[in-house]
Amino acid sequence: MEDAGSVVAFWALAALTLGAAVVTAAVRDLVRAVVALVLSFLGVAGLFVLLSADFLGVAQVLIYAGAISVLIVFAIVLTPRAARDNAETAMLWPALAIAGALMGLVIAVALATDWGDEAREGFRETASAIGEALLNRYVLPFEVASVLLLAAMLGAIVLVRED
Amino acid sequence: MSIGLEHFLVLSALLFGVGLFMALSKRNIIGILMGIELMFNAVNLSLVSFARFLEAAERLSGQVFVVFSITVAAAEAAVALALAVAIYRRRESVDVDRINLLRW
Repeated sequence: MEDAGSVVAFWALAALTLGAAVVTAAVRDLVRAVVALVLSFLGVAGLFVLLSADFLGVAQVLIYAGAISVLIVFAIVLTPRAARDNAETAMLWPALAIAGALMGLVIAVALATDWGDEAREGFRETASAIGEALLNRYVLPFEVASVLLLAAMLGAIVLVRED
Repeated sequence: MSIGLEHFLVLSALLFGVGLFMALSKRNIIGILMGIELMFNAVNLSLVSFARFLEAAERLSGQVFVVFSITVAAAEAAVALALAVAIYRRRESVDVDRINLLRW
């Protein structure tokens, strides 16, 4: 990706995604944290489009920015007498150390490895190709995923049922 | 300058680190779940960038893997938030410091 548009888009989307994620971790109110989380999800969707994964970008907006964030808001409003603040436990500094160490390790490995990536063309429209792959080569995991979703739906209903 | 695979991998590592920090340190169960979702996003981002930069254009296994990963993440979020609501019903709290039933 050498053209100026891709470079500018990458840095803008990276700043949006990472900044919103840091705000999610730092802000002191859970509802505001959810709003920042949605921003971060939208930044990741933009990065998917930049990586020429158009179908995944749309799926990211629908599922993460749409469904999962609404689910989180529902969980917040269904626990009304619980504390709404986004505070840390006593594990703040150990968690910071572990997360920072893992982050540094992954970054060091990613920069030290010769990935051998050549200047490859992006994917052309991926939606139909993903649809064909899901119904040909990946048909078994596709069916298993439907059973998983059914089980998760029944489990969620049973867990929150008032009896 | 051009944008390569390393840029996306470093961004994904940073995002994963923020998510891991939230999942390890937050007091509220819902905050922990938000951290887990951030980690899911970071891993999906690295999978898509590997697919974009290393995979042959006619194969789409990296992107199909992300489709399944998003599916499993959605199921996980639904069950985990149902668990949070169920815990709240029993104990009037979603504070992990006070959910210490198994503490020895």
